[in-house]
Amino acid sequence: MSGLLAPSRATRWIIGIVVGGVFAVPFVATVLYTISSPDGWTLSRWAALFDPELAAKYRPVWTGLVNSLTLALVTVAIVLFLFAPTMVLVSLRFPRLRRAFEFLALLPITIPAIVLVVGLAPIYLQIGRTFGTGAWTLAFAYGVLVLPFAYRSIQASIDAIDLRTLSEAARTLGAGWPSVLLRVIAPNLRQGLLAASLISVAVVLGEFTIASLLNRQVLQTGLVVINKQDAWASAIFTLLALAFAFLLLLIIGRAGRVGAGRKNP
Amino acid sequence: MTDTTTATDAGRPLPRTADNALLAGAGEGTRVELRGIVKDYGATRVLHGVDLDIAPGEFVSLLGPSGCGKTTALRVISGLERATAGSVAFAGTDVSRVATNKRDIGMVFQAYSLFPHLRVIENVAFGLRRRRVDAASARRRSGEALDLVGLGHLADRYPHQLSGGQQQRVALARALVTEPRVLLLDEPLSALDAKVRVQLRDEIRRIQLRLGTTTVFVTHDQEEALAVSDRIAVMDAGRIEQIGTPEDLYLRPASARVAAFVGLSSAVAGVGAGNAVTVWGSVLPVQGEAATGDVEVLVRPENVRLVGEGQGVAAVVEESTFLGSIRRTLVRTDDGTLVRLQHPAGERLEFGQRVRIALAPVPVTVRAAD
Repeated sequence: MSGLLAPSRATRWIIGIVVGGVFAVPFVATVLYTISSPDGWTLSRWAALFDPELAAKYRPVWTGLVNSLTLALVTVAIVLFLFAPTMVLVSLRFPRLRRAFEFLALLPITIPAIVLVVGLAPIYLQIGRTFGTGAWTLAFAYGVLVLPFAYRSIQASIDAIDLRTLSEAARTLGAGWPSVLLRVIAPNLRQGLLAASLISVAVVLGEFTIASLLNRQVLQTGLVVINKQDAWASAIFTLLALAFAFLLLLIIGRAGRVGAGRKNP
Repeated sequence: MTDTTTATDAGRPLPRTADNALLAGAGEGTRVELRGIVKDYGATRVLHGVDLDIAPGEFVSLLGPSGCGKTTALRVISGLERATAGSVAFAGTDVSRVATNKRDIGMVFQAYSLFPHLRVIENVAFGLRRRRVDAASARRRSGEALDLVGLGHLADRYPHQLSGGQQQRVALARALVTEPRVLLLDEPLSALDAKVRVQLRDEIRRIQLRLGTTTVFVTHDQEEALAVSDRIAVMDAGRIEQIGTPEDLYLRPASARVAAFVGLSSAVAGVGAGNAVTVWGSVLPVQGEAATGDVEVLVRPENVRLVGEGQGVAAVVEESTFLGSIRRTLVRTDDGTLVRLQHPAGERLEFGQRVRIALAPVPVTVRAAD
């Protein structure tokens, strides 16, 4: 496949360095900001975050982080166990609904979060009565918020395989529907499901508007609170969140490569 | 119809060897009966009451042009489609309401259907594992099934590393390893190139005869159907037009539609009078549906002869194709009809050459002229 269009090794390096440089500038600047002081370099602001005596000060961020991670988990579960099977069902059994379904799934991207909240507020009143006011309940709203992103990546995977023939083949071989979904369809949608999960986590960790307007404590609202008292801490937490996202990307990229390796060793 | 050695073995069970568990365990096959199958898609009726009785171990082809309902009929047998009316029975038991995964069938699809994330051996073992066969025996039996299709050495490959022909062989092994009651083949050869197609079709027939599995084969390729089937059901517009042995269909087509679809034929103008028809001045007996008045007579290339001066009708050679032992030549008679004839390869005809042709005195099939 290394055809005429593949750039030379040197060109690839130059492109990589330039693009990497552009992304690195704000990152490096933030790092420098957190470790510079009038007297030279210092790590004291980083150490302060983990100082037991200052724990009370940074509590909003830690609480927010735990809540956000819980929300990420529940949102991914919604995407994997509710949304993905629905998409499979639509493409297999109700292909005519696909356009309407696509429209519906992409809708949240066109509605500003602030508008969503207006509709969500009364719904959450009811959810609060039914499920309590635990932080995780926000995942219902986030499940809707991530639909457009999850839809694109999962649909790309669905389009890449012959879903109908594979599931029919599995059924003629004696597999029931649960078996078809778990043993045949899910492994072949792996890349799309991984990408959808990653992007869901990223959206959840970065979400501020809905959480703030519904008075929930998540990572972003915690950062805003801290930022008012300690701008450095806010920068450090942002860096940590970014590092976490990079780590996630790395893990998922690695997993994706293993998947690709089985297809193209 | 020169290379159908497999077809002449039809119906005679071959000795089964004990070196392969799949062969040693081969049964006598299962009777499959379709009764009055009707299938509607919305307002469109694609099957108009299909009746079909398939004997245990028989290889039956459903042959017809695209859209004739042959694939739908197969999918009704498999349970992937549910008939609007009518019943399907395996070995006398009605399975119309049984789900596909409980019907104990094996199916090979037109599209490549191997699971891309599984190795060849895991693909073959899939059906056994679903039947709760333990991993070790499933692996051993799958290996034997792969040996049967001659691909034992590719067990650890992934599907994308195989050629199209190899993928369909694996799909065949995967369908057969569970020793299904019925083997369903949905145009499994149509995506392959000509040489592999002939090879694999003969191999399918050879394996089917050794295993004795009742088999339904859907194809639009009459040559394929003639070569491998015990019987062929010619389908048209959602109905079975005729069902019979390959010889029956070729020599005694029930209608002009069947005659036109099975084997090569040319349509020549004639005048019908009940059970006889006059073509080019000679009177020939009519088989199948009779017609009176202006008719089209369907003549096979092997029944058209080159004759000497003063006999038959005059024609001009349009093209001549060398096919090994024979030559097939297209001529245009003076009234403009194109006629295909077959003659020994030694008799070389040149483009534009004037010849005289006549029909052999064999029964012919007729249809009313448009």
